[in-house]
Amino acid sequence: MPETIDQIFVVLKHWLVGYSPVWLQPIVGAIVSVVAILVAFASLFALTTILERKGLGRFQNRYGPNRVGPFGLLQPVADGLKSLTKEDIVPHSADAVVHLLAPIVLVTAAFMGYAVLPVGRNMVAVDLDAGLLYFFAAGSIIELTIFMAGWSSRNKYSLLGAMRAIAQMISYEVPLILSSITVIMATGSLSTVDIVEKQAGYSGIWPHWFVFTPWGFAGFILFTIAAIAESNRSPFDLPEGESEIIAGYYVEYSGFKFALFFLGEYIGMFAVSGLAITLFLGGWSAPFSFLTWIPSYLWFFGKLLALIGLFIWIRSTLPRLRDDQLMNFAWKFMLPMALINLVTAGAWHFMSFGPVRWLVSTILVVVPYLLLGRGLMRSKKLETRIYRFAE
Amino acid sequence: MLGEGILKGLAETAKNFFGSFVSKERLTTVQFPEERLPQAEAARNFPFLVYDGHDWQAGLRCVACQICEKECPPKCIFIEKSKDKKPDSMGKQQFYPAVFNIDVSVCMSCQICVEVCPFDAIEMDTAFELSTGDRFDGLLWRKAQLAKPNSYFHQIHPTAAAEIDKRLAEAKAKAEAKAKPVAAAAQPDPAPPTKS
Repeated sequence: MPETIDQIFVVLKHWLVGYSPVWLQPIVGAIVSVVAILVAFASLFALTTILERKGLGRFQNRYGPNRVGPFGLLQPVADGLKSLTKEDIVPHSADAVVHLLAPIVLVTAAFMGYAVLPVGRNMVAVDLDAGLLYFFAAGSIIELTIFMAGWSSRNKYSLLGAMRAIAQMISYEVPLILSSITVIMATGSLSTVDIVEKQAGYSGIWPHWFVFTPWGFAGFILFTIAAIAESNRSPFDLPEGESEIIAGYYVEYSGFKFALFFLGEYIGMFAVSGLAITLFLGGWSAPFSFLTWIPSYLWFFGKLLALIGLFIWIRSTLPRLRDDQLMNFAWKFMLPMALINLVTAGAWHFMSFGPVRWLVSTILVVVPYLLLGRGLMRSKKLETRIYRFAE
Repeated sequence: MLGEGILKGLAETAKNFFGSFVSKERLTTVQFPEERLPQAEAARNFPFLVYDGHDWQAGLRCVACQICEKECPPKCIFIEKSKDKKPDSMGKQQFYPAVFNIDVSVCMSCQICVEVCPFDAIEMDTAFELSTGDRFDGLLWRKAQLAKPNSYFHQIHPTAAAEIDKRLAEAKAKAEAKAKPVAAAAQPDPAPPTKS
């Protein structure tokens, strides 16, 4: 019985596809998967907006939206209707074509990553051999769209925001990919399905998730930080810093195009969180061997919601970084840590089972962390700042 | 250690998050239409005209002196003086406003009309939940709409109203005391007009 519930969506898809002629079946199957992904993650977006607003409210000792519908749960509907009915303004001197294309390409690119995300057992749109590579390739289009938006708006703030976004996203793409390489080293596969299946075993009741190894833990932290930066969320929301450059590349977007940008940003965040789950948190596998009867997709979405909750928590806690702090952090801390983590993963891989392996890996993670942290903090002496004004 | 402050901050916000569900004191928000904070006594929004007694047309204190109209900085008051006279609350014959309009879309709630009124006829209202579907005529308040009884004034600004009532009563008593000997003196000898 648990197997049936676990595979219910797979069976449903096969049943639906069975009605079409044989030569059409691959295409119909793809369409069914795509529609399922679009519906599931777009509704998760609606859920997340209300969760984020209510959660942020609670973190700041407020109520959050509680007027539309019971407990304010219909707020996303109201927001959607509002953005649909708003006037769509394109600046007179803007590049209208690119201005229109930017949000569309953003949403498309953000959704493309889901093709290789296994959301449950046997539930992946395409099992590519180079799935991880594809994911990062699709994700890098997002950077392009943000620059398209900033450039085509013909607005100084937009361009500033876009330039910040490019600088930030390229800087953080490096630790993002380097930290995920450790997983590729451990599994020997670029396929996301393989990566999850390698983690789905249990020793006793404990799962084989990579986050429970020293290099995996460090990799997960690095990946999460880089993922927050990649999805332009606080504290790395410099590209859209409201207090500095109004809203960055969003400035000239209104109405539904703005809603599309919003959607794209959240969808990108879900995708990269989903990848973090796939790489380090065991994908759809249950955290304990005696909980495997719960359907696999529930575990995936539960983990996804937990990660989103973590992102909201971090957003409510940390203030926005400065440009130089952002770059320092990326190149002086994240990059060395990710590189050392590669060595750690290699050492772990080639050493035999036992406490020695644990000891060596832990030292290889903790010592660089402490030394790097101390080195970075030493130059950060707080002193009175002297401002010199132009005369 | 690097990251220590971040963990401390996360703990603090987590405390806020769970605390806001447990203790009511953390949530300082007043959920407005259902819950209301008491208004300050000096609260003010738009001016209104005070009348004594029950008949708003007879009891209106305004004598159409037009000082407020002249003093109003954004010029939102429009007064048309009457041709005839009517006895006011003191029993004296006075003009009255034939038309008294306030354009509330122009009014800036500065209270200068109240300060300059020598008859305490115009006062500030506290009603603030005002809306109208008609943005032209609905925003022009006429005499009938502006006239509110003295009891209402007591209700919204008790201290100020009591003070004004006392002052008016004193003035009335003084006027009556003055009018009596004059009337008594005027009866037997109407010829010489009093010097004062």
